[in-house]
Amino acid sequence: MEKTALYNFHKNLGAKFVRFAGYEMPIQYKEGIVKEHIITRESAGFFDVSHMGQLFVSGNDSSEKSLEKIIPLDFKEIKMNQSKYSFLINDKGGVIDDLIITRVEGGFNIILNAACKDNDIKEIAKCLKSESKYELRKDLSLIALQGPKSETILESIVKGVKLLKFMNGSYFEFQGKKIYITRSGYTGEDGFEISVPNVNVVNLTKLLSDKGAKPIGLGARDTLRLEAGLCLYGHELNEDINPVQANLKWAISKRRRKEGGFKGWEKIKNDLQNGVSKIRVGIKPSGRIIAREGTKIFSSSGDEIGIVTSGTFGPSVNAPVAMGYIQSKFSEINNKILLEVRGKRHDAVVTKLPFYKKSYVK
Amino acid sequence: MSEKKFSKKHEWIMLDGETATVGISKHATEMLGDIVFVELPEKGKGLEKEEKAAVVESTKAASDVYTPVSGEIIETNQPIVDDPSNVNKDPENNGWFFKIKIKNKSELDTLMNQADYEKFVKDNPN
Repeated sequence: MEKTALYNFHKNLGAKFVRFAGYEMPIQYKEGIVKEHIITRESAGFFDVSHMGQLFVSGNDSSEKSLEKIIPLDFKEIKMNQSKYSFLINDKGGVIDDLIITRVEGGFNIILNAACKDNDIKEIAKCLKSESKYELRKDLSLIALQGPKSETILESIVKGVKLLKFMNGSYFEFQGKKIYITRSGYTGEDGFEISVPNVNVVNLTKLLSDKGAKPIGLGARDTLRLEAGLCLYGHELNEDINPVQANLKWAISKRRRKEGGFKGWEKIKNDLQNGVSKIRVGIKPSGRIIAREGTKIFSSSGDEIGIVTSGTFGPSVNAPVAMGYIQSKFSEINNKILLEVRGKRHDAVVTKLPFYKKSYVK
Repeated sequence: MSEKKFSKKHEWIMLDGETATVGISKHATEMLGDIVFVELPEKGKGLEKEEKAAVVESTKAASDVYTPVSGEIIETNQPIVDDPSNVNKDPENNGWFFKIKIKNKSELDTLMNQADYEKFVKDNPN
């Protein structure tokens, strides 16, 4: 079982741990998931996401062309220090992983899901020419600071971060080290993701704590991202689901949607032109019934039409929330559907995503 | 009122005459975390000892609540349905789940007292 550089820090704070993607990670601290969720929405919380892969790929025309075969972005469009959300695509157009890629000096930083990173690197290595170098930065930790007070807190520790725009990054100095910070996150809040050497990460998190940010576990990270309508790999995304079905075609660059030239293009082209038979939607159950992953979805006339991929209680919307895949003809907003929970069918409606409105700094 | 007894499934029960009040232990709420949903049995329902009686859900998962004794449900605690955080606030008093008209008082003898339950929890941390 792997541990991040902050393991003892979490332990001293009374974290409850859970095994996740081969790592022992804090699922919650003493405050509990609901309180941690609210703290992030109303103030600021920091998350240890060092289990995620931080891959550096050296950049030149050759490596950009190679990466374009498995990542459906227009690499020429990615400006220096700009971040983009996209995917690694397989031959069927399915999603091998979802990722954030940022152009930096000399190449790209790619943030990969913990459970997928080893396989991702194999896939990326396969398509790169031998002159392109890549390295998984195990020497770096990754801290997400999220919530409306993030800017004030981080600015008091690292001067200049307040000038960053959403989905943009830059190098900064912290305790004599060059660190890379992007204005991004996965909670629906304004915030930053800070890539910092393992040897400095405890000092950074102590400073964040001193300035009023609270530690937040993976439990609240999940309720936050679900309220924000964001996909979680292994739930809304997998190798059998393509980005069009996931309602994420915006994450395929415009030129690539026209020209293709990446793996699985035939399938994706077909779905772009002819529409998809099933699609990801937001679902709001009536009352307080929680529809967990795997809950069957039925039409009002009783036909099985889909399945829930994530479901929980959303502390900020103060109601249950879910996402799932349903047959496209039933996917209209406000369409009435039924969810089968513990043998009984309960009313629900297809809902616009996100459940909770984002407040990113543009 | 008799002493509070506990089941291995982390329910507590307290007898008052022919009626027993049932809830989940403080330890159970700590294990579950924030409770966000409660489903209670219907009044009048007859249940056998260790039969499923209610459902609690935390932000993480759903769990069943069993009745530690056989009998008939005569009252349920609506305030924990309306605001499930009431269970976390006071699990062994105001956060009770249901009252059951007990069929066979000797079933209580198979349950643990407070001291035995605390030892049981210590020996079975999960």
